[in-house]
Amino acid sequence: MSSIPAILPKDAAAAEGKVNVQINGTWYRFPKGTRIVDACNSVGAHVPTFCYHPKLSIVGSCRMCLVEQGMPPRLAPGAAPTYDENGYQPISWMPRAVIACANTVGENMGIRTNSKMTEEARKGVLEFLLTNHPLDCPICDQAGECKLQEYTADYGRGTHRFTEAKTKKGKNLSIGPRVNLDQERCVLCRRCVRFMKEIVGEEVLGVVNRGTHNAISCYPGTTLDSNYSMNTVDLCPVGALTSKDFRFRMRVWFLKSTPTIDVNCGTGTNINIWTRESKVYRITPRQNDEVNSCWMPDSHRLNYKYINAPERILTPLVKTDTKAPQRPATWDSALNLVVEQLHKCAPTETAIVASARMTNEELYMVRALARQLGITKLDIVSRKGAGDNMLVSEDRNPNTNGVKMILGKTGTGLNAIRRGVRNGTVRFVIALGEDLTSPEAGFTKEDLEGLDYLLTIHHSENETTRMSDVVLPGVTFAEKYGTMINVAGRIQRLNKAIEPMGEAHSDWAIFRDVSERLGCDCVKVIACPTPMMVLEEMAQEFEPMKGLTWGNIGNEGKVILNTGVTIPLIERTKAKN
Amino acid sequence: MSYIKIKRPKFSILDKVYVVELVKGLCITLKHLVLSLLGKTPAKKEFNGKGVGACMPFPEQRWDDRMPEYYRGAPTLVRGEDGRERCVSCQLCEFICPARAITVTPGEVSPESGCQKQEKAPREFEIDMLRCIYCGMCQEVCPEQAIFLSKEYLITMTDRKNAVRNKETLYRLGGTRKGLVNKWNQYK
Repeated sequence: MSSIPAILPKDAAAAEGKVNVQINGTWYRFPKGTRIVDACNSVGAHVPTFCYHPKLSIVGSCRMCLVEQGMPPRLAPGAAPTYDENGYQPISWMPRAVIACANTVGENMGIRTNSKMTEEARKGVLEFLLTNHPLDCPICDQAGECKLQEYTADYGRGTHRFTEAKTKKGKNLSIGPRVNLDQERCVLCRRCVRFMKEIVGEEVLGVVNRGTHNAISCYPGTTLDSNYSMNTVDLCPVGALTSKDFRFRMRVWFLKSTPTIDVNCGTGTNINIWTRESKVYRITPRQNDEVNSCWMPDSHRLNYKYINAPERILTPLVKTDTKAPQRPATWDSALNLVVEQLHKCAPTETAIVASARMTNEELYMVRALARQLGITKLDIVSRKGAGDNMLVSEDRNPNTNGVKMILGKTGTGLNAIRRGVRNGTVRFVIALGEDLTSPEAGFTKEDLEGLDYLLTIHHSENETTRMSDVVLPGVTFAEKYGTMINVAGRIQRLNKAIEPMGEAHSDWAIFRDVSERLGCDCVKVIACPTPMMVLEEMAQEFEPMKGLTWGNIGNEGKVILNTGVTIPLIERTKAKN
Repeated sequence: MSYIKIKRPKFSILDKVYVVELVKGLCITLKHLVLSLLGKTPAKKEFNGKGVGACMPFPEQRWDDRMPEYYRGAPTLVRGEDGRERCVSCQLCEFICPARAITVTPGEVSPESGCQKQEKAPREFEIDMLRCIYCGMCQEVCPEQAIFLSKEYLITMTDRKNAVRNKETLYRLGGTRKGLVNKWNQYK
């Protein structure tokens, strides 16, 4: 008889709070209570699922995750367990498959995801799911990212054995202002139902009718109009729930996704921007358990249209005379003109209105510019709104904490600037990325008309740019690299998804060029080739950013400030677990 | 999914040195040379050929009726027997096109099309005939039997803008086609 190890693996694992599990013939250790599906996926043995989602409760309704499972044999009374030379008990395999999502791992458990039984179980389940599934792939927006399509390629038969007529259900139903439902395509995983119930707390969706006529539907008198309704579109593993905004716009396989962050509020929701060539087609949430879990609000998701709008400013615009109309100019001549004009502005009579929608790198360059010009009247436009106790923050600026750290401003000085403009002590204004006539900024058209000089850097045409003496075209968040600090003090990266429109330049580069032409001799400012280098400069100057580089911030970001602000939805999720 | 493995032919040494095939080809050339020297060129009568050989007076005379079934000319869009636009703008042809000649702008099907079931139809469908290489991949990939290569080979244009054929032109050139699968029926 072979020798048994002195310390059995089950005892060694129990000491760590773990259990030994054999997956496809190899032994692994997992914490107690790990779901089989998570355990298998974590070691590369992929388990197909429809209804399982790590952030939602388990229902086990799709049966797609069936795996073959075995446990040590139950011993006869008085019999001692036997161990092999590695200290594991023999596994007696169960003659039926179990679902991997609703079962947790146990000591000495065996799982096979590649056995004949598993394969046949999956094939059988898939064939049933496909009996009533319409042949809609060519017109379905989900095609290309559809779980059912993928698994059909893996486990489908290629031919249909079900010769009866398919069950007819509702197609192209509008169940909300932003979501369409196709009941025939549905595989009844009920992810959407659970999401609305558990995460949003509005029980709007449910399953009606019986048997093969089962269908997702809204409760009578309700519509799926929550501000989080479009997350059901992301959750839907098939094309049953589709976005009205993205409906028939582009096939997903043409789109390139870029991980970046949302700039509509202080939460800094992690997102993917989906682009083709220089056009943004949609935005989807990206998982970050510390910021937004897997969700994002519809209001933020749909606020991307301005990126490709005709209002974008494509070239620098200059006014050669006070009353003359703006005309396009080259960058060189526009920058030279700006420098010439800025030299004429008295620093005490000049004010800079910066924006908390700028990245840290841009703010750093703004500070350098202000120092170069000797301007002390500098502040941002603060934006407050009602928080929704989910993901939308009360602070509607994405980088208020960055402004606080780099410029030391909070928006309180804007009133003084506005007063200065009205009583004539401020005659020159530099507006950076802000429309001064917006209600948050509070300037009136007459205020701006009374100014002697107005320089604007903005990506789109608005009232302020129309009245400006010089407009330099900046870029939107999708066109630049940079970092922002969210309400909870987490620094996160913005990535460039598309090239700047027309001749627009990244804002930080504009500030650098202006500073350089103004005669700035600080090497740290004028020699910066990339925003990543600006970040490294900042890391040396600001204590919280110490040691930060573009690489070590990562896609998940890093907490650098202790602000005491939390994100309600994340707190609730953490409390639940 | 059930994949079919294609059996490739095994080549013998004789096949691999290909001298035999070269000689065979030369024989055909020689045959035509001898025939023309004897004044027996094929289709000599059709072309009113005189003396040695014959020359087709193109474009007055053409061989369109002798073109094989598999001839690959300009790609066109077709309508079904019911007059329905067959294309659903799934953009697979755009994806597969090796020359990137095809640009599809997808959109909702128009209310007067008579087939709301199909939901989707191209808003614009453009093929740049300067880019097209007549490979026929678009026809092969189409899941809706909507794009077919016609036998049109005389494609000339006076400037680059004219080279881009829009949806209207493509449907006009394609016409209707019989015997296609009607997928968007009530039993689907």
